[in-house]
Amino acid sequence: MESRLHPLHGLWSLTNRELAKWYKVPVILIISLIQPIVWLAFFGKSMNFASMFTSGLNIPGLNVPKQIIDEIASEVLKANFGTTDYFSFLAVGMLSFITLFTSLQSGMSIVWDRRLGVLSKLLTTPVPRGNIVMAKVLNSMIRSLVQASIVLVIAILLGMKLNPSLTPLDVVGAYAALALMSMGFASLFVTLALRSTSWESQMAIMNLLNMPLMFASNSFYPVKSMPWWLKPIAYINPLTYVNDINRQLLLGVAGHSLLLDFTYLLIFAIIFSALGITLSWRFLSES
Amino acid sequence: MESAIKAINLTKRYGNFTAVDHINFEVYYGEIFGFLGPNGAGKTTTIKMLTTVTRPSEGTAVVNGYDVIKQPAKVRESIGVVPQEYTADEDLTGWENLMLIAALYGIPKSEARERAVELLDMVELSYAADRKVETYSGGMRRRLEIAMGLINRPAILFLDEPTLGLDAQTRAAIWEYVYRLRRQFGTTIFMTTHYLEEADQYAERIAIIDHGKILAIGTPKELKEKVGGDVITIEVNGDVNVARKVIEGIDGVSGVTVVGNTIRFKVRNGNTAAPVILESLNKLSIRATSITIKEPTMDEVFLEYTGRRLRDEESSGEEFMRFRRTISRARR
Repeated sequence: MESRLHPLHGLWSLTNRELAKWYKVPVILIISLIQPIVWLAFFGKSMNFASMFTSGLNIPGLNVPKQIIDEIASEVLKANFGTTDYFSFLAVGMLSFITLFTSLQSGMSIVWDRRLGVLSKLLTTPVPRGNIVMAKVLNSMIRSLVQASIVLVIAILLGMKLNPSLTPLDVVGAYAALALMSMGFASLFVTLALRSTSWESQMAIMNLLNMPLMFASNSFYPVKSMPWWLKPIAYINPLTYVNDINRQLLLGVAGHSLLLDFTYLLIFAIIFSALGITLSWRFLSES
Repeated sequence: MESAIKAINLTKRYGNFTAVDHINFEVYYGEIFGFLGPNGAGKTTTIKMLTTVTRPSEGTAVVNGYDVIKQPAKVRESIGVVPQEYTADEDLTGWENLMLIAALYGIPKSEARERAVELLDMVELSYAADRKVETYSGGMRRRLEIAMGLINRPAILFLDEPTLGLDAQTRAAIWEYVYRLRRQFGTTIFMTTHYLEEADQYAERIAIIDHGKILAIGTPKELKEKVGGDVITIEVNGDVNVARKVIEGIDGVSGVTVVGNTIRFKVRNGNTAAPVILESLNKLSIRATSITIKEPTMDEVFLEYTGRRLRDEESSGEEFMRFRRTISRARR
């Protein structure tokens, strides 16, 4: 009896329970993919900086050769985005976008478990409380990566240009970055929802945070074009680090130190998952 | 005998409201113990504390030898719980729910499958095993809950109103299985109920709880005896008032009431008192046209201890709602 139960026992069963709800209803998967795809297809394809600079630019009285305009344009783009291809820049941002949105939802499922009585059953079983929380987090990580993969494929179909010298290790690195971010955010939101019985307040928190987190990062534009007061927020925001890693690995553009980026994400993921596990012991049970 | 459950000054407060108030009781191994009381009496709160879902405000309990506060994980491994509310995951099938709970108890897959087949058969849900729980009716859900509570073959099984809303046939089937479980594995059963007949028929010992306090503990027989023995109803042909005086004069008679020609009263032992009474009436030429001797029902026992009938309580949901509101206010 003493050592019969593994400390991680039930973790995979609980994760699988969440995943089953998801892969059994592909409609939800498709709906959740619409937003990033709309961003890519509508926004990404229309916000074409390269053609804005080059097509039909004709200043009266000045006779600048087209070649010089093109060169200036590509230098400006490179200085800002690290690449002349804004669409690919945005596509990497969309990978973290879908990961962020999926992770923010993890708090909702614990609220529903509480409201529907499932949680009170789980609490009477010998499954460690931390595993109830980590199952939600693991589920969120797996979902995020699957959805990010679909977004990546669609982005490539729409014209995203990967680094020609891409290695499998680069792809692994990109996924690791997304997984770490998902782990941190999912832990944070599950922790926030531990005592909550109101899914409305969870929705409110989600809606309050998703857009600011997106726009206070380098997902759509580089940090250096931000006003001075937004920059510090962007440098705290894990999305900035994920995008920096993924643009280096997937697009081959220059960026900050990969080691520092990964370290930051690792610390982010560990702190919040440890917090979630610790608090689950105190707050998951009824008062 | 070592006790399977021992509550020691077990108390739960929600704000100013005391749901369970310093209760002490013991449940022995292999016993079927009934917790009887109206809604809001503290039955469910007690179960929640014993099953480690809620932390006691004061006192503690020892379940299967483990302290609910200090060794909750050990307690959870020892027990099975069938809560009052539905706890199955609606998006999964009945089968998937059973397998999930089995996994959480660390039961190997092959054994879990065997048990799930057996349990689904017992609760007559085999035909719906692969349907999502959201398509189940209330009765089906409750039966699934019971199967889920039994999957780990617990040493102690907690049933919170297990047969609520079930038809008589299913209730009997469930009790049959509970008995079988006990015969095979010696499972101790702790149940709350407001079906008086059920408590009377199946529980070996009963605790009556009201306003968070235990008012009486004993076997159904002991509790009934404490109430004051049997109830005799005599219909007489003759002067009722004279007959009443005669009966009131007999030793051990109490609570005499008269309705028309019918006299109803309590006496410690009905079988020996009846001939004496008939003889006394005969001497005054009062003839009894009919006589019935009845052991008191649990309903009367309940009335005696709580001052109200359980049935009246059930029909008014108002008190229950008031209780729920108090609790939710206290939690804010």
